[in-house]
Amino acid sequence: MQIGEILAVAFQSILANKLRAALTMLGIIIGIAAVVTVVALGTGAQRAIDARISALGARLLSIYPGQSYQHGIASGERVTLRTLDAEALTRDARLLDGVLPEIVRSVQVKYGNQNINTRVIGTTPNYDDVRNYTLRAGRMFTAGDGEARRRYAVLGHAVPGMLEASATEMLGQRVFVRGIPFEIIGIFAEKGSEGSWRNPDEQVVIPLQTAQFRVFGTDRLRSITVRVVEGVPLEQGMVDVERVLRREHGIRPGEDNDFRLRNRQELLNTQQATAQVFSYLLASIAGVSLLVGGIGIMNIMLVSVTERTREIGIRKALGATRTNILMQFLVEAIVLCLVGGVLGIALGSSGAVALSRIAGWNTFISFGAIVLAVAFSAGVGIFFGLWPAWRAASLNPIDALRYE
Amino acid sequence: MADIRREYDMGSEVVRALRGVDITIEVNEFVAIMGSSGSGKSTLMNLIGCLDQPTGGEYRLNGERVSELDDVELARIRNREIGFVFQTFNLLARSTALHNVELPLVYAGVGRKERRRRSEETLEKVGLSDRMRHRPNELSGGQRQRVAVARALVTKPSLLLADEPTGNLDSTTSQEIMALFEALHRSGQTIVVVTHNPEVADHADRQIHLVDGSVERDVRTEGSA
Ligand SMILES: Nc1ncnc2c1ncn2[C@@H]1O[C@H](COP(=O)(O)OP(=O)(O)O)[C@@H](O)[C@H]1O
Ligand SMILES: [Mg+2]
Repeated sequence: MQIGEILAVAFQSILANKLRAALTMLGIIIGIAAVVTVVALGTGAQRAIDARISALGARLLSIYPGQSYQHGIASGERVTLRTLDAEALTRDARLLDGVLPEIVRSVQVKYGNQNINTRVIGTTPNYDDVRNYTLRAGRMFTAGDGEARRRYAVLGHAVPGMLEASATEMLGQRVFVRGIPFEIIGIFAEKGSEGSWRNPDEQVVIPLQTAQFRVFGTDRLRSITVRVVEGVPLEQGMVDVERVLRREHGIRPGEDNDFRLRNRQELLNTQQATAQVFSYLLASIAGVSLLVGGIGIMNIMLVSVTERTREIGIRKALGATRTNILMQFLVEAIVLCLVGGVLGIALGSSGAVALSRIAGWNTFISFGAIVLAVAFSAGVGIFFGLWPAWRAASLNPIDALRYE
Repeated sequence: MADIRREYDMGSEVVRALRGVDITIEVNEFVAIMGSSGSGKSTLMNLIGCLDQPTGGEYRLNGERVSELDDVELARIRNREIGFVFQTFNLLARSTALHNVELPLVYAGVGRKERRRRSEETLEKVGLSDRMRHRPNELSGGQRQRVAVARALVTKPSLLLADEPTGNLDSTTSQEIMALFEALHRSGQTIVVVTHNPEVADHADRQIHLVDGSVERDVRTEGSA
């Protein structure tokens, strides 16, 4: 029998049994659609977290003031982190490409007759680069602005709203920080919550020297954030920071650090682990759907076996060989799985797209999930389609005809 | 067909459905196999039609030893040499009359157009040219059996076998089917028919009586031909 005839027989049989074909396909469609949608959700969530991690700066280390130790005993005196330390890091560290000292105070900020209390950060001009801010309007202050201790301020995205003014109107105007007038030279674009309790858009950024000499009168830093050169492991960056700061602080070998080093990655790992649990959960839901779909396929294949055994008996009595029968059933199963698979992928993908549109969830349609789901459904369909057919085709025609 | 035996091993006991049957059927004969229910008529027919294999004895069809054939050769014999009409029709329920009749030709490798032409021709011969697009459940019993006869005849087999073809039909339609067989016989078709209706058997020119799996009587009759 030629391939054309085999196909014709298989198609005729499918068309003659539309309900059975539809039910089989339904199992395949449900299984595949569920897997595609659910895995798209899981992958999307994972990717969103990965993206957030790189936005937050996976290469950033934070240095905080610590406790000083003498002969292993805390001295009680709190050692400070000073602007000099930041200068030393900029000068001597070899594995860093960004050093960001920050003096931070929560103070009164006044604009017109509006009065708020918010964070004011004295820092260096590379703030936007290291912290991943972009400017929505105006400009960032320069190193020259800092040296000249100019009273320039760059506002966070949320600040104009807090002061009940519009961003465009504020640019070039004066804002009072602790009663000292500052010119607004720039406004940041929205950064959005990073999952931290602090809103990164509710702050005012001013030059470090201005903060140090004109506003706060201190060189004590809340922290220094450093960025490790791309491709260098964070651990090496940490060693580099320790080397420079220990020398700067005159700490002898064997003595403990008088500063704390925090790796942002550690914080984020927790989030990532949570996301992983979430995606395992989703994957197991997908697995169950696939199983249910598979059982559906299996059922309909096995339930139709009586009818099909008689059909096989009739076909054999009329001159079909075992191979003819098997080919017919194989082609039938493959066609059903292909059509069902395509419909399932289409349905699952539109489900994923709909979820991301309507619910605003991140979704990502994973090729691997599609392959897995199709392979599983097709495997079940073909196995449970072919196995009874093979058994029936091996019988004497009369036994197949007598089957009940 | 020599010393044919067919035993069913039922576990606790062995049912000996045929206990050594010797018969020879010549080309062009019209044979009626008779006997009471359970005497082994169907078993014998299924063996002749290669739908079943004997547990003992030798069966030659046109000189070929059937027991030595493999699946592909058996399929060819069922396809080309034998046309089988069942008591319960055994049509594909979801296919049209025409498609049912075409089926043996599909397995014979006949092309689509030729298939269609020969099937229509055969359906016409059994008087169903106006019912070709109907499904079995849209046909009467007599019409279904005529579809089955057309399907059996469409490959022009050397042997037409019918196991109680009129068993599920009323007497008028039975008459029609038997008249059809007689006409086929007149045109040279070899026919073996199982029946327990003497009226039907009268159409044949040879009657074989089975009792408990053995041939009790094998008589030539005048027949109606
Ligand atoms: N598949 C089978 N399994 C067991 N016994 C069978 C089977 N087919 C037929 N028989 C037995 O063989 C005997 C002959 O049956 P059968 O040829 O159908 O008789 P008939 O067609 O003359 O009524 C009966 O006793 C029947 O019970
Ligand atoms: Mg019988």
